[in-house]
Amino acid sequence: MNGVRDWLEERTGLPSALQHFLDEDIPASAGWPHVLGSVALFAFLIQAVTGVLLALNYGPTPTEAHASIRYIMTELTAGPMIRGLHHWGASCMIVVVVLHMMQVFLWGAYKKPREATWIAGCALLLLTLAFGLTGYLLPWDNKAYWGTTVTTQIMGLAPGVGPYLKRLLGAENDTIGTVTFARFYTAHVIILPIIIVGLIGLHLYLVRRHGVTPSTQDAERPTKKFYPEQMFKDSLATFGYVIVLVLFANFAKLGLGSLADPTDTRYIPRPEWYFLFLFEILKLLQGPLEVLGAVVLPNLGILALLLVPFFDRGRAIRLRQRTVAIALTVFAVIGWAGLTQRAVATTPPSMEDPDAGLRPPQPWREIPPEQLAAIGYFERDNCSRCHVLGRSVSGPDLAKGPSGKPADLLIAHFTKPSPDSPDSRLSAAQRKALVVLVTKRDDRVLDVWENPPEAAIAGAMLYDARGCAFCHTLNGSGAKQAPVLNGLAARRTRTWVAQHFADPPKLSPNSEMPAYKFNPQDQSAITDYVMAIPK
Amino acid sequence: MPQDQLQQPTRRTFYVALVNLLGAAAAAVIAIPAAVYLLFRPKSPGAGTMVEVANLADLENGVPQEVVYTRTRVDGWKATKEKTTTWVVKNGPQSAVAFSPQCPHLGCIYHWEDESGAFRCPCHASAFGLDGKVLAGPAPRPLDRYDSRVEGGKLLIGMQVKRS
Repeated sequence: MNGVRDWLEERTGLPSALQHFLDEDIPASAGWPHVLGSVALFAFLIQAVTGVLLALNYGPTPTEAHASIRYIMTELTAGPMIRGLHHWGASCMIVVVVLHMMQVFLWGAYKKPREATWIAGCALLLLTLAFGLTGYLLPWDNKAYWGTTVTTQIMGLAPGVGPYLKRLLGAENDTIGTVTFARFYTAHVIILPIIIVGLIGLHLYLVRRHGVTPSTQDAERPTKKFYPEQMFKDSLATFGYVIVLVLFANFAKLGLGSLADPTDTRYIPRPEWYFLFLFEILKLLQGPLEVLGAVVLPNLGILALLLVPFFDRGRAIRLRQRTVAIALTVFAVIGWAGLTQRAVATTPPSMEDPDAGLRPPQPWREIPPEQLAAIGYFERDNCSRCHVLGRSVSGPDLAKGPSGKPADLLIAHFTKPSPDSPDSRLSAAQRKALVVLVTKRDDRVLDVWENPPEAAIAGAMLYDARGCAFCHTLNGSGAKQAPVLNGLAARRTRTWVAQHFADPPKLSPNSEMPAYKFNPQDQSAITDYVMAIPK
Repeated sequence: MPQDQLQQPTRRTFYVALVNLLGAAAAAVIAIPAAVYLLFRPKSPGAGTMVEVANLADLENGVPQEVVYTRTRVDGWKATKEKTTTWVVKNGPQSAVAFSPQCPHLGCIYHWEDESGAFRCPCHASAFGLDGKVLAGPAPRPLDRYDSRVEGGKLLIGMQVKRS
């Protein structure tokens, strides 16, 4: 061991540099309150490591981000743990950074000559919040999409620079999209990390240059070494942080909302808990005062923090005598907690299923019912004897692309596929549905065709056979005389739907819908199908 | 040696040991899930469904046929539709084998040569017989086969490659 150490010492000087770093003199009064800086540093390192790990399985575009996070959460062992560490680590890091700042503030450790250390620290707090803000968009679920829409709008309120800020964030015309995503992603994984690493370096350098702030009684007492006793305290606190974080990652629920949907009118966006107080201020200050809450107050707050060392220039006094600092801290904590509590209490609970995005997408829920039914007719009429999806056999490969053949030719083919084949058992309407499937299908329909969901197809075939589309619209197809059936499950119960089939006017007095009698199996197939179609 | 180290060797040693222990424990708590996350196979690796590649009646015994077909390959979080090929050799009235199109040596694409009656890999001159056995070259094992079954006179193959 000593041989390696000597070799390294001679070639690089690193062992003695480390020794020098650890042997820092610290005041006799330093102790447990001083561990928070180390914990914050370690919290950042965990974010960096887990962030890189997430990036190794992340598709950084709006089309892939959501699916790749579902992959991390459902397919990868320890994927939820890594994402949990990163997600909860962001919150925990903010708590630690704020506690560190409060400790420095209460102790008055920002006083001359440590003003620059304080300012670098304030910048680090803002950077931590910027990481939270940019990372919020990256899952690209509804929460991310709508939350970021609001964030960019708020930035747009800034007098004069608002429109330019929005352009910079790729949020022109009040909507966010691919460009916004690219900007936020680049900020989160390239720009902010470079800046924060530089600032952490500067902050640490300044801490070492000026040393830990001594208390008023430290003048008479000898200094002590950082290593190993204070280092032990820092290590124990850091370890405690890791344990708390792992418990959060393992036990706190972390879902994934449905894929960002710009047409979702029911979604109630709300920010992360640490921004809720700002969100509440916005609700309190409306109309002409809005710009005050959105832009002026937050910036004044930041300015006040930065200027703290220049307002308070008195000589160092004991913690217990710093009544103004204590009062200000208590006031800030109470104000923050009150606003946050009010924000939580006054926002309705989210209606969205927090795990909606963790389930694999089911494209059959999104395609027109007659095309889903036509997939059933294709199977029932044995078309697959000659047509294999994905390969040309005796019949052409229908997966290659939509057919360009005229409808009457196709109808004739469906009626009598070849001179020696049996007559088709399909009705005229069913043949028409097949024409639509063969000529109009898109990739989503092809997906369903290749992996046909039997139960849903049975339901769609009933829906088609009973002519529901003559009055109702489902997935954009059908007439508009009767209510659109998308999202029925959100409006009606299963029992209601079953009773409505049997006797429509009983439940909707003005309904012109005739009664439909199904056998129990069909009843359940069509009800399951219709109620599974989302809004 | 600093003063306190001489005065309190046991106390100092105790702290140093704890610092090392806590550091190692914190690192392990992060490193273990990280290793599991990176090194464990995804839970459903997407074996996929069997794809029909040939009608046995259309094939001639002992004549290799290159079949181009489309399959869906699960690639991370995406299911990609891709065109790919397989060499099918019928070796009985109701049986055939489907070889993976890549040479088992280093993954080059090989082809059938009628003149020599062998599969030949252009990269390092490996040669294989109709049954996939190595005839020449550096190939370490016979041609890999897709898992396959015959159903109603048709050959269906899966995504998994069986090493001979």
